[in-house]
Amino acid sequence: MIINSRFFNRSELMGFIALAAVLFVILPLTLDVFRLNLVAKYLTYAFVALGLVLCWGYGGILSLGQGVFFGLGGYCMAMFLKLEASSVENTKIQSTPGIPDFMDWNQITALPLFWQPFHSLTFTILAIILVPGLFALIIGTAMFKRRVGGTYFAIITQAVAAILTILIVGQQGYTGGINGMTDLRTLKGWDIRPDHAKIILYFVEVVLLFACIGIAQFIRLTKLGRILVAMREQEDRVRFSGYSVANFKIFAFCMAAVFAAIGGAMFALNVGFMSPSFVGIVPSIEMVIYTAVGGRMSIFGAIWGAILVNFAKTSLSESFPQLWLFGLGALFIAVVLAFPNGLSGLWADYVQPRIDRLFASRKSKSDWNGNSVADGAPAE
Amino acid sequence: MSDEANKGLLSPLRRKLLMGMAAVPAITMLPRGAFAQAPATSAVNTTGLAVTDTEVTVGILHSATGTMAISETGSIQAEKLAIEQINAAGGVLGRKIKFIQEDGASDWPTFAEKAKKLLVNDKVAAIMGCWTSASRKAVLPVVEQYNGMLYYPTFYEGLEQSKNVIYTGQEATQQILAGLNWIAKEKSAKSFFFIGSDYIWPRTSNKIARKHVENVLKGKVVGEEYYPLGNTQFNSVINKIKLTKPDVIFTDVVGGSNVAFYKQLKAAGIDLSKQALLTISVTEDEIDGIGGENIAGAYACMKYFQSLDNANNKAFVSAFKKMWGEKTVIGDVTQAAYLGPWLWKLTVEKAGSFDVDKIAAASPGVEFKGAPEGYVRIHENHHLWSKTRVGRAKLDGQFELIYETADLVEPDPFPKGYQ
Repeated sequence: MIINSRFFNRSELMGFIALAAVLFVILPLTLDVFRLNLVAKYLTYAFVALGLVLCWGYGGILSLGQGVFFGLGGYCMAMFLKLEASSVENTKIQSTPGIPDFMDWNQITALPLFWQPFHSLTFTILAIILVPGLFALIIGTAMFKRRVGGTYFAIITQAVAAILTILIVGQQGYTGGINGMTDLRTLKGWDIRPDHAKIILYFVEVVLLFACIGIAQFIRLTKLGRILVAMREQEDRVRFSGYSVANFKIFAFCMAAVFAAIGGAMFALNVGFMSPSFVGIVPSIEMVIYTAVGGRMSIFGAIWGAILVNFAKTSLSESFPQLWLFGLGALFIAVVLAFPNGLSGLWADYVQPRIDRLFASRKSKSDWNGNSVADGAPAE
Repeated sequence: MSDEANKGLLSPLRRKLLMGMAAVPAITMLPRGAFAQAPATSAVNTTGLAVTDTEVTVGILHSATGTMAISETGSIQAEKLAIEQINAAGGVLGRKIKFIQEDGASDWPTFAEKAKKLLVNDKVAAIMGCWTSASRKAVLPVVEQYNGMLYYPTFYEGLEQSKNVIYTGQEATQQILAGLNWIAKEKSAKSFFFIGSDYIWPRTSNKIARKHVENVLKGKVVGEEYYPLGNTQFNSVINKIKLTKPDVIFTDVVGGSNVAFYKQLKAAGIDLSKQALLTISVTEDEIDGIGGENIAGAYACMKYFQSLDNANNKAFVSAFKKMWGEKTVIGDVTQAAYLGPWLWKLTVEKAGSFDVDKIAAASPGVEFKGAPEGYVRIHENHHLWSKTRVGRAKLDGQFELIYETADLVEPDPFPKGYQ
């Protein structure tokens, strides 16, 4: 209980329990496998949203290029799965059996060198974390050491997203081009397509998500998290106090990149393919929108944002195939205009006080520890 | 009184009445009391598809929103028209076709998600859908895994064949080879310049075209350039064309890029009445955006033009315009999309069952005599036997038929010697 009260304050603990109950118990019991698989897809974006809370909500670094990291993670996973699906016997119809189908269509006759290590699952898992992490490190170092920040940084991340898309589409012999990598089948011989596999993958993903929530919450509560918030509020003061602002920014950006990459890898596993349409500018902006709708200051708010926005996308497009995009656009405008702190702000302003009053009437004094006030974040 | 009568003729009711009337002769052709004696559902549907005693559900899966909506809308319209006509003529095995439309939103993963929804949730008996190769590649594993039936309308690059797909458009060799032969002979062309959008279809098509030009026509490819989808700057390639002076410009630039390409070509002083240009990517739909004055004189290699002069096509064009408005134009893919529901109906009736396995097995040899493009037949490889035609673009945005192959061209998705 003591540990809990330090790691989560009461409202966060409630948020944690609510999310765990919904994801671990309620959804698996009530949804059929098809819908559960869709939730798994939405949750891959929750990883990105979680990273954006750290980097944008706390650190104040707006990145409009999270699709890049989501894509890198996803492509690493997809390359491993594609190689496994392209065994000689599966591809005997090709002119060069044993290489992925899109290479064959592009007259490539041998597996390129940088594909070779993706035969190994260990390497792939390392690559999912390290490739986006290092890439973020390079961009972050190049930018933050020169004190490029704010809008300019956002523009540059967006340019990176555009460049990577063009690169992937242009090098289609090596990347599958605009079609992406499709028809992923097995993971170490284990078929990822049937229903029971989807259920297992769903739970693996939820466990991973909670692990990431734990890491994010840990970072938030340490001194590091406070410096991030201080940086967001008054960058110069932090710098004059002797902290290396650039290093902290780079760290937050790299963490966000790694979270996004894990989401991307889970996406490839759950959905069974990867394509450049998750890398570019539009998906990157969408990712920022999920976070904004949920509440960029709130870990749980952002996760709910990712789930609800994607759920709205699916259900609106099923019910109104011609008009749904307008509905979704209206929803975003309404949320941002009416509740600038997103859904979590709404919760903090209207629902939380009622709950508090309810508790306060039972207990004379609540055990608020004022954590969220120090963070400058609205209570979750 | 006469006013009354005129109003009556213009009313929407008239359209409905006419459609109903159109069905009358068809009903007499049906076996006696087809509706009453429709075969039992348990006999024609052993795999739990959405088939009841009176209805069968199919899915329509195209982009109604996003960048591809402009191209795919025609396909949606054609499929709805075909379904309406089939229902007016008594349905399939005595059952009315009901459709569920889903939006792929020009986004390939959304296509996969929606295809899965149609198959797993709605249990549709068939899907009419997809347009770009990318969307088909995304949907294909889903259709194969859940054993669905997809009718795919677009001309495409080939190199694919699936038990679960019927390709109602032409594959690359069917579309290209006859056209190249014709233009090489007609214009005594020896040198070709290729320009394409940068993705799998233009690249594969140009690969096949290059092999044909070099090995069969003994000509030369003097340039091959690719531009990203949506590119609007073609000045540098136009300069190269001016320098190399090819006998034929061969293009597979897609979508909105076409508008910029033909306008810049015209602005650079390349006169398409003198410079031969053969495109495999411009249909009547695209000319709507390009403007007839910018492309008049160019040759297009397709299997269908709206202007085709045959009874089937006249009936199709007038029914299409009646349903969707006088201003709509009908391109090659729209016609191929129209074939989908009809071929499916004919196959179901041949197989006597809605079961996907039986339909896949019964498909080869199914023929559709009412196709607007003329007679078509399904090949063992699930593609269509169809003719290749060359048309010349006119100022009004229509094509004038210049050449057609005498016989149906055999589909060959894995062409030997072209890989």
